[in-house]
Amino acid sequence: MSVTTTNTTNLPIYTAEDFTTDQDVRWCPGCGDYAALSAVRKALPNIGKKKEDFVFVSGIGCAARFPYYVDTYGMHSIHGRALAIATGVKCANPDLQVCVVSGDGDLLSIGGNHTIHTMRRNVDITIILLNNKIYGLTKGQYSPTSETGKISPTSPAGSIDYPINPIAIAVATGCTFIARSLDVDMKGMDTIFNRAMAHKGTSFVEVYQDCNIFNHKAWFYASQKDTRPENTIDLQHGKPLIFGAEKDKGILFNCGHPKVVTIGKDGISEADLLVHDETDRFLANMYAQMAHPEFPEPMGVLYADPTKPTYNDLLHEQLNQAKAQTGQPDLQALVTGNESWQVE
Amino acid sequence: MEPKTSIKPQLGEAPMPTDQTLQTPSTTLDSVVIRFCGDSGDGMQLTGGQFTDTSALFGNDFATFPDFPAEIRAPKGTTFGVSGFQVQFSSKTIYTPGDRVNAMVAMNPAGFKVNIQDVEPGGIVIVNEDEFTKGNLAKCGYIDGYNPLEDDDIAHKYNLVKVPMSRMTKESLADSEMGAKDINKCRNMFALGIVYWLYERPIENTKEYLTKKFAEKKGLPEVAKINIRALEAGYYFGETAEVFPSRYRVPPAKQEPGIFRQISGNEATVLGLVTACQKANKPIVYASYPITPASNVLQGLAHLKRFGIKTIQSEDEIAAVCTAIGASFAGDIGVTGTSGPGLALKGEALGLALMLELPLVVVNVQRAGPATGLPTKTEQADLLQAMFGRHCESPLIVLAPRSPSDCFHMAIEAVRLATKYMTPVIYLSDGYIANGAEPWKVPDISSIPNIEITHPTEKDIGDDGFKPYLRDPETLARLWAIPGTPGLEHRIGSLEKEAETGNVSYDADNHDMMVRLRAEKIERVAQSIPLLEVDGPSSGDILVLGWGGTYGSITTAIQEIRDQGRDISSAHLQYLNPFPSNTEEILRSFKKIVIPEINLGQLSMLVRSKYLIDTIGINIVKGQPFKVETLVQRITEVLGS
Repeated sequence: MSVTTTNTTNLPIYTAEDFTTDQDVRWCPGCGDYAALSAVRKALPNIGKKKEDFVFVSGIGCAARFPYYVDTYGMHSIHGRALAIATGVKCANPDLQVCVVSGDGDLLSIGGNHTIHTMRRNVDITIILLNNKIYGLTKGQYSPTSETGKISPTSPAGSIDYPINPIAIAVATGCTFIARSLDVDMKGMDTIFNRAMAHKGTSFVEVYQDCNIFNHKAWFYASQKDTRPENTIDLQHGKPLIFGAEKDKGILFNCGHPKVVTIGKDGISEADLLVHDETDRFLANMYAQMAHPEFPEPMGVLYADPTKPTYNDLLHEQLNQAKAQTGQPDLQALVTGNESWQVE
Repeated sequence: MEPKTSIKPQLGEAPMPTDQTLQTPSTTLDSVVIRFCGDSGDGMQLTGGQFTDTSALFGNDFATFPDFPAEIRAPKGTTFGVSGFQVQFSSKTIYTPGDRVNAMVAMNPAGFKVNIQDVEPGGIVIVNEDEFTKGNLAKCGYIDGYNPLEDDDIAHKYNLVKVPMSRMTKESLADSEMGAKDINKCRNMFALGIVYWLYERPIENTKEYLTKKFAEKKGLPEVAKINIRALEAGYYFGETAEVFPSRYRVPPAKQEPGIFRQISGNEATVLGLVTACQKANKPIVYASYPITPASNVLQGLAHLKRFGIKTIQSEDEIAAVCTAIGASFAGDIGVTGTSGPGLALKGEALGLALMLELPLVVVNVQRAGPATGLPTKTEQADLLQAMFGRHCESPLIVLAPRSPSDCFHMAIEAVRLATKYMTPVIYLSDGYIANGAEPWKVPDISSIPNIEITHPTEKDIGDDGFKPYLRDPETLARLWAIPGTPGLEHRIGSLEKEAETGNVSYDADNHDMMVRLRAEKIERVAQSIPLLEVDGPSSGDILVLGWGGTYGSITTAIQEIRDQGRDISSAHLQYLNPFPSNTEEILRSFKKIVIPEINLGQLSMLVRSKYLIDTIGINIVKGQPFKVETLVQRITEVLGS
């Protein structure tokens, strides 16, 4: 899981400034994307890769402008296809650090299929989903993560779609690194982006991102000073699940279900609480189903399995094996085939 | 590894022992067309393939036409489950699998019913009469009480040979300990044995094949044994039964010296791509979603990892083309393969690739449509989709191989042009040449030129920074800077670009200029492709202009018309966009332009709109290759008396 250190000896010392392009950032003032951009630029110097070895790929949408603002190699592609393109980049050159930043429409609606299959294959790509629960660039239509009943230009009587659960998708596909953060949590994003990029395999980070024009306050139940402690829970590997402004609440496991309890009440002590184990797939399933208002929503690294081989490693392993078995391949013999005949 | 070559057996050296007392007279023919047909479970493709292999080794020229249903195992005995394999083998140079069938082998009544109308009057029809039961006749829709084998008209029209193949196969294997099911499966080898005898072919090659396939690869020596015995039993049946008044001999064709092999279009596409990969000294990433009739390109390449071919079976058609684009961005050669419906799905991404100006090859093995259409049948109706099937002004290179073996050369061309001009290339093969096979003189790989590719480095950074859209003044291709190169970090994207810097630009004049520049770049490809060649007089009354997979049928038709003593010229396009630079000059040298194509006039539309030259179309869209006699007749009508 550790970053390759072979490079680090020759690695220039970068700052966030080195990853900043000369392009003007064109997001709306106050957009949550600024915070994510800033956190990514801050994380990049720590990854242990040279600047020229990073590739950012995006689809379409507000979030998809991301590559223009990061001074690495980048591609702003077409709607929904960033992950399919990133897969090609990584399979062509596995030494590249490939990162996809896009929105909920791009990754979960038009590009949903590629999200599922990239995660299933465990391609070594970092996916940052800037989820604002709305279509911003097309001016405010409901998105696949919008809540049922959402009033929008295309759902004047309220959306009749049920929202998709991005974490549940990630768990179901066997994604090997699943995390969640808030756009207002710079420290959380920093930690998570560092870990996500260091992870070998598909790493998926959902960021609750505020669109202050078309869906302002959508995440306020989780992001504000007064709401965050009560409605989110910070997961720490090996630590009990405790939340609340007073750190007096916890989650325990009761007959196969999570249950919110108060520490010190009904004889509950910290020792009774569930302990976070980020390698536990069953817990990841449970976290995926913990939703506001019934439960605090889990933040941090929900799941991490660095042991599963990546698609790109397996691909190149097969390639190298084939080369090792045959030595110098004989193209003339291949073209001639096994059933040729000679005309004198 | 030394290529395994066998010296073709000389005439009269057929290794099968013959009983001289049973000598049947022999008739020598130039060419024969045989069709094997039966249920899709009857092993007809294998049987036809074996006959072809043997004929190839014998030294005949040949062309094959496998024709199979879309259903893998349609209900047994039904007409829609009929699988056929046609081969023409000849002592002369031939270009098609032939129009009229000289000899047909029908393993069941459904095969008989579907194929009998293609057999020439007087042609040999060998049937497995055991299968013509009441039940089987009903299954394929014959009216109650009718059996074509008892029909006098049929008996008069054809040389009908009824053989109880099921029973004789069973009897010849009576002492085998194999089960009835395995024994039943040997009927096709019994039939093949008869045909080998009839056409004086040696059976050794098929015996070797059966041993290799069943005994060595699958570890089933008993299965190999009973198949070989059925094959021999069939051969001896032909010899002893005296049901054929004559045997037929098709002498070897005169071929130029060299090493030859049999090749189908899809095989040649695979070999062409691998060769291009080696000649460019770059890995190919072939990302594809399985689709008939392109799947075996993916399958073929999947076995060639040792040559640096990375195959990815993508989750869908769009993912496949996008993964290829990503691979090209990162410095490999991105290739994707599909058929018409898949090309439609890839349309938007092709727009991206030409906006990004990255090399990309799209192999489109055309099939009959629209929608799912006739997935196992052939058509040439994706030409306009290849030209224009995208949003906005989106020109790219369109190529079309003209025969199975030509796929090799044109696949290399596709990679050469895609990398030279930094553009997507659509390569239009079709189901007919993809599955059909012909002999091919194996090229000397060392004589194929390298594909030169360069990438910029830090040295190419100008005073005002690196400009990813700086162009070669001659080809207009932009620089191909790849991730991992220090100092050249840049962003490319789907938004319109400012010339040179590649930065996002919404400027009106810039857009107009870029649209024209992308078109001009593709026009300039004409400088890098061969001129169109005219076969026959370079001017005259009629030029027959074809493109892609119809080359064989058109060439044969032209020859027949010339054999009738008439002057006629033809030309065949392998480069559809841009056209070769002398195309207009050639077209203007003839009074009438006749364009046969398996669509409703797509090349005609291009020629008319580009050159304001009228055309006469020959358009037949039956999911089948052109019949030569139809072309001869239609072209002759235009020629007039």
